[in-house]
Amino acid sequence: MPRTWTQPRNVLSGMIGSNGDRNDAPSIAIEVRGLKKNYDEVEAVRGVEFEVATGEVFGFLGPNGAGKTTTINMLCTLVTPTAGSAAVAGHDVVHERDDVRRNIGLVFQDPTLDGYLTAEQNLRLHAELYGVQSDLVKPRMQQVMTMVGLWERKDSVVGTFSGGMRRRLEIARGLMHSPRVLFLDEPTIGLDPQTRRSIWEYIRELKEREEITIFMTTHYMDEAEWCDRIAIMDHGEIVALDSPETLKAGVGTDRVIIHTDDNDAAIAALADRFGVEARKSEGAVSFGVPAGEEFVPRLFAELGIPIKAVNVSRPTLDDVFMSYTGSTIRDAEEDAGKERSRRMMQMMHGGRR
Amino acid sequence: MSTTTDPREPATATAIDAVETPVVRVTVPKRSLASELRAIKIVWRRELIRYRSDRLRMVTTLVQPLLFLFVLGSGLQQLSAASTHGVNLKTFIYPGILCISVMFTGMFSAASIVWDREFGFLREMMVAPIRRSSIVIGKVIGGATVASFQGVIVIALAGFVGVPYAPLMIIGIFILQLLLAFTITAFGVMVAVRIKQMQSFMGVMQMIVMPMFFISGALFPVANLPGWLAVLNRLDPLTYAVDPMRRLVFNNLSISPQARAALDPGVTWFGWHVPALLEAGMIVALGLIMLGIAIWEFSSTE
Repeated sequence: MPRTWTQPRNVLSGMIGSNGDRNDAPSIAIEVRGLKKNYDEVEAVRGVEFEVATGEVFGFLGPNGAGKTTTINMLCTLVTPTAGSAAVAGHDVVHERDDVRRNIGLVFQDPTLDGYLTAEQNLRLHAELYGVQSDLVKPRMQQVMTMVGLWERKDSVVGTFSGGMRRRLEIARGLMHSPRVLFLDEPTIGLDPQTRRSIWEYIRELKEREEITIFMTTHYMDEAEWCDRIAIMDHGEIVALDSPETLKAGVGTDRVIIHTDDNDAAIAALADRFGVEARKSEGAVSFGVPAGEEFVPRLFAELGIPIKAVNVSRPTLDDVFMSYTGSTIRDAEEDAGKERSRRMMQMMHGGRR
Repeated sequence: MSTTTDPREPATATAIDAVETPVVRVTVPKRSLASELRAIKIVWRRELIRYRSDRLRMVTTLVQPLLFLFVLGSGLQQLSAASTHGVNLKTFIYPGILCISVMFTGMFSAASIVWDREFGFLREMMVAPIRRSSIVIGKVIGGATVASFQGVIVIALAGFVGVPYAPLMIIGIFILQLLLAFTITAFGVMVAVRIKQMQSFMGVMQMIVMPMFFISGALFPVANLPGWLAVLNRLDPLTYAVDPMRRLVFNNLSISPQARAALDPGVTWFGWHVPALLEAGMIVALGLIMLGIAIWEFSSTE
């Protein structure tokens, strides 16, 4: 793996209305070296290494159980690493916990709002816990709540909010204290497509307006496209790390999907005549070839099996994931699910938390 | 970025494009005593806000003590008339009932820590750049405040059970129940920190609260008890809250010396009368010890 990653385009400096602490913001927002976490015998994270530059939107992509949440929890000082080190906003996550905490915002997978309080009370509570200057609480609150479109609902009790509204409020809350790094653990999980989209719009808007680095995990491939760079994580390791475009270009093949009456015969024929390894997926035959458009005429001429329909597409992140891990993210999740339930059982017996 | 925004323009101007409002940047200061106090204050205030919005809880935690006071007190009056030397049973058990109302509410407030854990909110507090002890202290003070509100409601009922509204007595009782509220909430939080589920906490609470109540002497005089009960009674912290409260009440009743001696014998240790101030001091000391344990436990959880 290369040691120096590409620097992001816009490293902002010389912010107004801020104190010295912020002006000498390091250009590296997150630095991780050989980070490991074991739970009993299970190696949840097996020595990951990466750097995230200030101002970047960095995505952690991988199936459930790949170690994304464990990694994020270590970076947020919630879990102590077994080995390795990590620095967030220039502070060590083990030895300078408080300094890390002052500089990060967190949005968890599971809700952490007080449903009995109003939206405003929730945010105010957060501001008080973080010691935000009293005179700035109100304007800052208005700004973050306006951004997520909840300013008009500030006096409503959170218990009456829908799932999407709560997630938006959590994002607003995570931003209340102007964190240098915002951690989002699966921010869009379980949300409808429209809300997911709007959450991505907030993230993009944030990136434009504030000096902030965003670190997020997702297992939605289409969402990873929004990130400046993504790290693909599988079985506790980072298997690939680059911009989505570069990763996709690295696959080098286009995806061709054909529909035939006899898929098995088609797969055999593809292997036999073109030396292409194809497989069945969702009732069709799928395979990757370089320059897919040019391959199609040959396919029709030489396959010898009637083709009912054909589809050629540029590589997606799914293909990237597959080329690095050998399985689709969905398959990987099924395997990981089994592994996870095993681990859960262990934890329950171990009486954790 | 916001560099172009003219500071003279009102920030709240309902701009045509809301996106163009200036970025309000705040900073989080380094941890200090002031920031811890601020955190304690907001955790405390949250308990009050929740109490205020939960009217049902005010009522439900009062039902049982009032049942004891008015139903049990009136019902058993005939049975006990012979031995109370003309003192109304309700008057006699009133201090005990006040204590139990405070106790119920205090324990209930402590339960919110379990609740917060189950519903995730605890995590929001745990990741904040504050000491864990500030969370615990805020919770205990908050719970104690709420519990003493409940105590005030019961104090207001004094007239219904033949207890005069003597200002000094009221102040004394108020202070005592405040101390008790603190200690009980600290105790509740100490237990709650280790418990992950609401149901378990409720079970544990029932298991602890009722025996403490019965053993404390809330319903009977603490002299001439069978040996085993006398020992348990002297070990029960609630004993040391009920006893001085009862003395305060009885100081303000005009009753015969025999009645006084029979109903308010005072707590003795091997024949030595424990003074009220020491009793109050014990409650506080116990509360502080339990608060310390709660903080220690809470700080060592991941």
